[in-house]
Amino acid sequence: MNNKYIVSAAPHLHEKISVSSVMWQVVAALLPALFASVYFFGIQALLLTLYSVTAAVATEALIQKLRKVEITVSDGSAVVTGILLAFNINAGSPWWLPVVGSVFAIAIGKQVFGGLGNNPLNPALLGRAFLMASWPTLMTHWSINNQHSINGLNANIAAGSQKAMSLISSATPLGVEKALRDSNFVNSLTDNIHASHQIADGIFNQFSSWGAISNVFFGNVGGCLGEVSAAALLLGAAWLAYKHIIEWRIPVSYIGTVYVLIYIFGGNNGLFSASLLLPVFHIFAGGIILGAFFMATDMVTSPVTKKGRIIFGIGLGILTVTIRLVGGYPEGVSYSILLMNIVVPLIDRATMPKAFGEAKA
Amino acid sequence: MGIKTFPGGIHPHDYKEFSKDAKIEEMIIPQKVVIHLSQHIGAPAKPIVKVGDLVLAGQKIAEPGGFVSIPMHSSISGKVTKIDKYPHPNGSEQMGIEITSDGKDEWVELVDEKDYMNLSNDEIKKRIQEAGVCGMGGAGFPTHVKLSPPKENPIDTVILNGVECEPFLTADYRLMLEEADKIINGLQIIMKVVNAKNGYIGIELNKPDAIKLMKDKVKSLPNIEVVSLKMKYPQGAEKQLIYATTKRKVPNKGGLPMHVGVVVQNVASAASIYEAVRFKKPLIERIISVTGSIVKNPKNLKSRIGTMYSDLLDSCDGVTEDIGKAISGGPMMGFAISTLDTPMTKGSSGLLLFDKKMARVDEEHTCLRCGRCVDVCPLNLVPSFIANGVKYNDWDLAEKAGVMDCMKCGSCVYVCPAHIKLVQWIDIGKNVVGAKIRARKK
Repeated sequence: MNNKYIVSAAPHLHEKISVSSVMWQVVAALLPALFASVYFFGIQALLLTLYSVTAAVATEALIQKLRKVEITVSDGSAVVTGILLAFNINAGSPWWLPVVGSVFAIAIGKQVFGGLGNNPLNPALLGRAFLMASWPTLMTHWSINNQHSINGLNANIAAGSQKAMSLISSATPLGVEKALRDSNFVNSLTDNIHASHQIADGIFNQFSSWGAISNVFFGNVGGCLGEVSAAALLLGAAWLAYKHIIEWRIPVSYIGTVYVLIYIFGGNNGLFSASLLLPVFHIFAGGIILGAFFMATDMVTSPVTKKGRIIFGIGLGILTVTIRLVGGYPEGVSYSILLMNIVVPLIDRATMPKAFGEAKA
Repeated sequence: MGIKTFPGGIHPHDYKEFSKDAKIEEMIIPQKVVIHLSQHIGAPAKPIVKVGDLVLAGQKIAEPGGFVSIPMHSSISGKVTKIDKYPHPNGSEQMGIEITSDGKDEWVELVDEKDYMNLSNDEIKKRIQEAGVCGMGGAGFPTHVKLSPPKENPIDTVILNGVECEPFLTADYRLMLEEADKIINGLQIIMKVVNAKNGYIGIELNKPDAIKLMKDKVKSLPNIEVVSLKMKYPQGAEKQLIYATTKRKVPNKGGLPMHVGVVVQNVASAASIYEAVRFKKPLIERIISVTGSIVKNPKNLKSRIGTMYSDLLDSCDGVTEDIGKAISGGPMMGFAISTLDTPMTKGSSGLLLFDKKMARVDEEHTCLRCGRCVDVCPLNLVPSFIANGVKYNDWDLAEKAGVMDCMKCGSCVYVCPAHIKLVQWIDIGKNVVGAKIRARKK
């Protein structure tokens, strides 16, 4: 028995968890949403995701080779970025769009800063922002699943004008909702201004109906690949929460803030005029679920302190609602997250917790 | 009311299955023992024997090196054969006295003071000090010092620590099952000495039979309560145990249990206190768990202080495969030792053996900033920032993130997906930041 023993500092027990196990579990958690996306958009959704992932992984490997550092693509982090980027484009995109986005995300969003753990911004969202700035039309042209979006939204508004219908058929639910806040658009619905407002109100109220919410919840609407089914996303998120990979503070404070603010400011007739269901529609339509559970919770780019995570979530909610109600985009999740990413170091420093037993100052 | 516990913490598997059903067994008297002069916090003891002297079991062989110190006693009868440096369970080399057995196990004379509860407090403390009792849970703080709090810190509560939250270890558990009376008598002595009106025995729910037995035993004692605690590491840490049982928060930055009117003692220490006071029996034996998946017959051995770990392992019929790592104490805060030719001390609660696979040390990855360390830190610190502060010489950051408050429980390392050796970084930080704080005060 002369073998040498390993001597290392305590503790000597470790949970069975590693960087790659975390990343691959995130990949697994994204699969239900990917299946949903293939179900609603067809095989094109899967292909775009594959292009995106391949580009992300290849870019990471190539740059790591150039940097002469260990090639770590097997840790799954580039796969996560690739899937998330694909989830942020629409199913009618050309094949090269996710490829360009992923290359940018990995190269500029991640490797430039030194790789996983050092990037200040969420790489996938940076890639999306790049695509939005470069090919805005491609990024907002919703050509697939139109029929779903019409079915989902206008079952009871047969009286709505042709103009409104044609808009609905080429947009996301949030896009329509946004348009109806614009008086120029509303006034153009018919020549009779009073009647056009009634039509607009009629459509607008649909967003607060259980039918609309059920459609955005299960995915019966137009939108980006990954945003399409809130239910599928929540299934994956529940798994991650159960495995302690994401934690409640960011999603809950983010979504809670959105709910409160949309309820207060979202109505068509002044403060507090929104239905209690309108915020629910806002939460399930568009990118909030994907953003709150999978991108805002990105470990690297979110605050470390507990209080910081809540401030981060509230900030996300304020920015998202501001962009949706006041700003120029119907969406707002990705820019909110990127903006909040930037202030994470500040938030962390400002929210350093008091140690157990520290006197209350 | 929910089950009592503390905020933060982790839930490792308890691995108690290997040795929890092994009844306490008397270890055979070893050929030789080495009594370390430093088995406690405080000044090392000073030898009062020289090579060649004959000694009895229980005979004092070293005097306390100061007030915060304890005497050492020979744990066997025989001859002093060497006074030299020996491997210490904490991984260093320290001075110790080697005694070779004469095989007779002759003891110094003990007494039997049946009326021990009527001894004066001074006499009780003197007996405890003379017996060389120190905390047996790990840190090894001299017990007589703990029992002499200054007047401005009156004590109203004594908590016995029967938590044994370190995975694998079962020494305290077996002691509670098999020698419950000694523990309760010890608690009553402590309560009398510090004039406390409340006594608690904290035990985690993974030891239901110990909870039940102890509850039965204290039924007739109105001041003593057995507190069932949720199973969570590090519940046995002093501050966490105090919070779990009484909701009192020991202040950080050097606060002590006495500042919130509490004295905490380990159950094994309580039993030793009882023996010291009633029988004047010095602390020369204790129960130690020899355990791990590769130990052929894991046991809880009542063995003499100074027994070599190698002898303990032999008593358990050795190992079934090559040892990857040998740990003195529990797997969370114990020390990895490089040789089994290390003698056990008064604080040795376990000898734990890992196979090669469990001994593997993972490489550090860049911090992912996931915040899992923040979520589990029982002291509400930011371990990842401390480590970063230390790595990049940002000592202010390390200090703000709480480097000096860390008790090194290792919960953060346990959950870290990047396998960062946070406690190691924190240890470095404690030295540097500690020196900076001392310099500031000057």
